[in-house]
Amino acid sequence: MLDEELRADLQKRGIFVASFEGLYNWGRKNSLWPLQFGLACCAIEMIATAAARFDMARFGAEVFRPSPRQADLMIIAGTVTKKMAPLVVRLYNQMAEPKYVIAMGACAISGGPFKEGYNVLKGIDRFIPVDVAIPGCPPRPEALLEGLIKLQKKIGGQRLFGANRARHADAGDPADYPVPVCGAHDLVPPLNPAVFQPRPVRRAEA
Amino acid sequence: MTEVLQAILAAIPSASVELVRNPGPSGQHSLLVGRDHALAVAEFLRDTLGFDFCSNVTGVDWLPHKVKQTVLRKEGADAKEVRETVEREVPGFLEAVYHLYSIAKKSGPLTLRVRTGDRAGDVSVPSLTPVWKSAEFQEREAYDLFGIRFTGHPDLRRILMWDGFADHPMRKDYVAPDDCEYEPTPHGAVLARVNARTEAA
Repeated sequence: MLDEELRADLQKRGIFVASFEGLYNWGRKNSLWPLQFGLACCAIEMIATAAARFDMARFGAEVFRPSPRQADLMIIAGTVTKKMAPLVVRLYNQMAEPKYVIAMGACAISGGPFKEGYNVLKGIDRFIPVDVAIPGCPPRPEALLEGLIKLQKKIGGQRLFGANRARHADAGDPADYPVPVCGAHDLVPPLNPAVFQPRPVRRAEA
Repeated sequence: MTEVLQAILAAIPSASVELVRNPGPSGQHSLLVGRDHALAVAEFLRDTLGFDFCSNVTGVDWLPHKVKQTVLRKEGADAKEVRETVEREVPGFLEAVYHLYSIAKKSGPLTLRVRTGDRAGDVSVPSLTPVWKSAEFQEREAYDLFGIRFTGHPDLRRILMWDGFADHPMRKDYVAPDDCEYEPTPHGAVLARVNARTEAA
């Protein structure tokens, strides 16, 4: 790797030195194309984020694509019902790599206020890997922008080669995640153990 | 409400309609209509009494329960009146509730109740969608969540849950799938489930 001091010095003299990895990540992190879909009230905040006042275009993510084939960021904006979950997973599978997921709002993270309901998925991370989770009910546009910047930082730091390379650069990584089926009583399976392991939680004895 | 009841009984003498009083301060009494004449009563309410708008259809699940009733009973040779509390078993049933308004007469709501025979096999009531078109989706919802079968409904399918779903989630004996295993601060029944699962693993 190039020494940072040397790089800054060269830059002052009009010589720009960059690694292929750095250029590649810089290019794709500043041109994220989100998939255009919203599930509930968080979508209204997402729309506000994309509109004039907050203007997501400042961060290069304004091109909302109505097709998963052209999108590389999935913003899960709202409550994922069990009826909707297979469709969300299928859309995720249809997106081309490299792809990223932002879980926006309490519902997308954990089911939120509907956590003990019968018809709401208790977090989309049960079926697909989530890169950034934005808490809030709903999160304000500033929070979504913060989440987007966090994701950009994550993309900027991803390695393309070597042992700790990004998920999409690993040939052994599954391209498809199993799509659950709406069964007689619940989703079958209720979660994908490859991406989600419920953490055993115990409260201290009173 | 009593005028409506009398008008119905005058027009359709064979109909079994009774007034269910609400003892609360709101005094929202309702009409309990028998299944056999529900459609005829509904048509009469719409065409003659002007209830042209059905704003709400919902369901109620009544589990088998006991009702306490105080009755006066004559006892002994001198026919002395004695107060007595009688406990009566009421078998479970499902109930479809309709809220009717009259836009023309600016009146309402009139609450209509129709009951099924029981909660398991005899769960059909006549659909009132032929009378009020606005009842269509809400009757589908009551069918989906309570399992009330509306006979004569043009398109009785589930509307919220998926087609292959077997249960009726708003019934009182419905048990939701146990997928609440993770919670940051589990408490009550969830905590008991979490601990049982942890010990089993």
